[in-house]
Amino acid sequence: MEQLRTFGRELAMGSQGGFYQSKEFLDLVKSIGEARSKAEEDRIVVNEIDTLKRRIAEPDIPKRKMKEYIIRLVYIEMLGHDASFGYIHAVKMTHDDSLLVKRTGYLAVTLFLNEEHDLIILIVNTIQKDLKSDNYLVVCAALNAVCKLINEETIPAVLPQVVELLAHPKEAVRKKAIMALHCFYQKSPSSVSHLISNFRKRLCDNDPGVMGATLCPLFDLITRDVNSYKDLVISFVSILKQVTERRLSKAYDYHQMPAPFIQIKLLKILALLGSGDKQASENMYTVVGDVFRKCDFSSNIGNAVLYECICCVSSIYPNPKLLDSAADIISRFLKSDSHNLKYMGIDALGRLIKISPEIAEQHQLAVIDCLEDPDDTLKRKTFELLYKMTKSTNVEVIVDRMIDYMISINDNHYKTEIASRCVELAEQFAPSNQWFIQAMNKVFEHTGDLVNIKVAHNLMRLIAEGFGEDDDNADSKLRSSAVESYLRILGEPKLPSGFLQVICWVLGEYGTADGMFCASDITGKLCDVAEAYSSDDTVKAYAVTALMKIYAFEIAAGREVDMLTECQSLMEELLASHSTDLQQRAYELQGVIGLDAHAVEFIMPSDASCEDIEVDKDLSFLDGYIQEAIEKGAQPYIPESERPGVLNMGNFRNQDHHESSHGLRFEAYELPKPAVQPRIPRALLPSTEIVPVPEPVYPRETYQTPVTPIPSNPSDAGSAELKLRLDGVQKKWGRPTYTPETSTSNSTSQKTVNGAAQVDGPSTVNSTRETYASRKLQVEISHEKQKLAASLFGGSSKPEKRPATGHKVSKASSHMLEKSHVPNSSMEVASEKTAPAQTPPDLLDLGEPTSTSTAPSLDPFKQLEVLLDATQDASAANSATSASRSPDVMALYADTPVGIHNKDEADLLSGMSNMSGATARPQPTKGSSKGPNPKDSLEKDSLVRQMGVKPSSQNPNLFKDLLG
Amino acid sequence: MKEMGIRFILMVNKQGQTRLAQYYEWLTLEERRALEGEIVRKCLARNEQQCSFVEHRNYKIVYRRYASLFFLVGVENDENELAILEFIHLLVETMDRHFGNVCELDIMFHLEKAHFMLEEMVMNGSIVETSKANILSPIQLMEKAS
Repeated sequence: MEQLRTFGRELAMGSQGGFYQSKEFLDLVKSIGEARSKAEEDRIVVNEIDTLKRRIAEPDIPKRKMKEYIIRLVYIEMLGHDASFGYIHAVKMTHDDSLLVKRTGYLAVTLFLNEEHDLIILIVNTIQKDLKSDNYLVVCAALNAVCKLINEETIPAVLPQVVELLAHPKEAVRKKAIMALHCFYQKSPSSVSHLISNFRKRLCDNDPGVMGATLCPLFDLITRDVNSYKDLVISFVSILKQVTERRLSKAYDYHQMPAPFIQIKLLKILALLGSGDKQASENMYTVVGDVFRKCDFSSNIGNAVLYECICCVSSIYPNPKLLDSAADIISRFLKSDSHNLKYMGIDALGRLIKISPEIAEQHQLAVIDCLEDPDDTLKRKTFELLYKMTKSTNVEVIVDRMIDYMISINDNHYKTEIASRCVELAEQFAPSNQWFIQAMNKVFEHTGDLVNIKVAHNLMRLIAEGFGEDDDNADSKLRSSAVESYLRILGEPKLPSGFLQVICWVLGEYGTADGMFCASDITGKLCDVAEAYSSDDTVKAYAVTALMKIYAFEIAAGREVDMLTECQSLMEELLASHSTDLQQRAYELQGVIGLDAHAVEFIMPSDASCEDIEVDKDLSFLDGYIQEAIEKGAQPYIPESERPGVLNMGNFRNQDHHESSHGLRFEAYELPKPAVQPRIPRALLPSTEIVPVPEPVYPRETYQTPVTPIPSNPSDAGSAELKLRLDGVQKKWGRPTYTPETSTSNSTSQKTVNGAAQVDGPSTVNSTRETYASRKLQVEISHEKQKLAASLFGGSSKPEKRPATGHKVSKASSHMLEKSHVPNSSMEVASEKTAPAQTPPDLLDLGEPTSTSTAPSLDPFKQLEVLLDATQDASAANSATSASRSPDVMALYADTPVGIHNKDEADLLSGMSNMSGATARPQPTKGSSKGPNPKDSLEKDSLVRQMGVKPSSQNPNLFKDLLG
Repeated sequence: MKEMGIRFILMVNKQGQTRLAQYYEWLTLEERRALEGEIVRKCLARNEQQCSFVEHRNYKIVYRRYASLFFLVGVENDENELAILEFIHLLVETMDRHFGNVCELDIMFHLEKAHFMLEEMVMNGSIVETSKANILSPIQLMEKAS
């Protein structure tokens, strides 16, 4: 009720309301809201930039007005235009006394600036002041800003205060302080390494909000170093138990589930801690089983928790009962009509088959359905599953499917990914050489240069080294089939460069090896390649070197070398090439041809690509020469690092600090310092009222900076002002944005590849290929599906372990078996371990003796609930209504999770709160439903209308209730 | 290397116009513009029966539509998609509790309030608060104070 009253007041035309808005602002929002196109929107924003540039510079702007200007700046940036002209005003606004104005200032600054921006230096002081405020909301606002704006260099300026706030009486402050500390840990782990124990302490906070937030940093810490946190297993388990027993405040309930988001976080943590650890896992079985039982299948959130349970069960040490429950849920997901649940089911199946491969079989038809679904997301997820369950019996079907799909899509990112997976699977499981070469050819033809060049090199190595460890005959067969297929493929237009390089190399090495093709055939083709791709120097280089090899082998075999005319003209062209590399290769070729058979055989031995070349890194063969030179009076060589006073660009700027070390003096080039000095002290050097910064943190901080090329110099450690400036400049350019996902495929080790390749004979291969091809023609879908299923899952009756299970496991399970318990490091943890059995209600309280005194016997959450929910009575009615509607919502979501919104024009609200009038209600009457209090809502509506925004105007959607 | 579940939260209407944008990792204005254009095109092209998840580059987008407004959340690949979907719903419910039958225009007129709610719910890309009372209480107190 209180909230509604405020709401009404704020909507009254007067300006006393905190969220006062002028006509100008309402007009702006209205015009943006009604803009029909991006171009129209851009025009409005450009106009707005003009207006604001003039207005914002005017003197004595009232702060309410200024707050509005700042929000208009936020709009400008949000809509993709530059508002940097106003940044400084947002910064100034953070100094304001009014909480609302201040917080808006902080909000704008966090939206506008990144942590490296020059203006940040002006805010650090304000943040320091605000962190000490008596008003906890001011402290909270400052802590929000700390998370976004404080960078590695400025952490020391606020760290002591943040640490102090961890013990603040207000839970909201403790929660944000712990997140600020988390943020410091993410940015620079060393800066808070001595404060890590605080995360453990806060886990025992008697406020569930603080405890829930603390799970985020703990999850991070455990991900990085799982063994140091094994002692917390019991605590996490007991917290999860309490959550499932509904001992947390009702305020954390979501759709009748007790604190589902906290449950999910806990399950994630348990999955990490229990991975490969039988003892830890055994502690979890009961509670995870409880979560399984208590979850509600009919709600989205229930399914979200169930999915997390499956992830946990498949990560921890296997337990048959839990695996059964997981399998049940998976089949429920897969049988659902909802694509979202199917997606989760496929993902979960991919996790579970690592432990129990046999469960895939019962879901084969569902999997095929997902594979053939037009929904790309589902299809990709299914390919991921297939990738995980590939073995030598189904590799052909799976890789063929993957290649077909790869050809059909345009998204380069995913094309690359799926291509490298095809390569990986083919290398690992290929049943025959022919099939392998064919599959590779397809991949290269269609993805071309998207594939990592390493994959091409890998293919060359594979052809050179061969599959069979013992069978030379098989190796030469592989090479022959490669040569044959490449000669055929060369006829096709526009082959990718990487593939051509492979082709040239293989033709050069093995083109004439089996005697099937004569030198003139191969050299002719190679000349064609060099001619057809004349703009690609790399391909040309490969082609010339291949020519050289062919001729060298011919000469060595004692045959007459007769260079084709086209080859001669190519040589002439290359001898005069602008590329020195090509020229060099051409001259080498010319040189080789002039030599006799014996010399040629020595410099170009046949099939020697796999021979190891020993490199003498110490250049010991030069020792005699050096000795001689030194005897004659030459200076001995001193490595660069050992030379006194070496100068390089890196430490050039530091020269003035140790000038004595070198004869040359660089004072003349010293950079002007005074320009930077005035602002530094404000930010870093603790001045009058600021808590002193611990001295030793500085050097460590600076050396951590990854992008700083300046070598760390101990003599330089004290001069913070110089460093700060340099780092700032460097980092501006060094900041990474989206790093492209690194391909995971290259990790396959050569040995496993070779080992796995010979499982099946070529005869079975051909037959399966035929059936597969003919199947494609069949019309009857179900029959086709069944066959496909059979070829995919058929082999699963004799489950076959992948040769390299370790290399593709998820992050969670990659932690290796580690059963040894790390000794408890702190006292409070020790007490935690014993206590849970005795006094369950106080579990979360154990680490903090101070807090137990306030609520010794009562459930801390219960108390908190009362404290937190000051407006509980007022909102009771509200929550009651929401509770009564939720079942409807759930019912709708259960079928089609987004389906509730599919009737675009229909008024969704009517379906919920006004069951009788189920069809679209005329827009104008909507006003009366705005807010549960008719009077307030009418007021609000009429105000908006006064401003000229009407439901019937250009964009009626603006008025549509989001929650139907 | 920062590990975070949520990379950004966007509210975009049916016409592809941004109504709210909050990023938990820094992107330049041009990058934001390009990203928003790309993913909005991707998500708006999908139909109601399809998954509410879309892969994009090396992360995933979980999206949900309310009337004319799309809520898009960019998450790390190992995030629980269904949970994020419900997080979106929690956000909408929270806004609904505050505004009363929240609509697109409420968010536009009170952009900063919508941001304040998000600031309470998500920090460093992690969900830190899910109690509606806790999320809304600072905003209510601020209203009272001014």
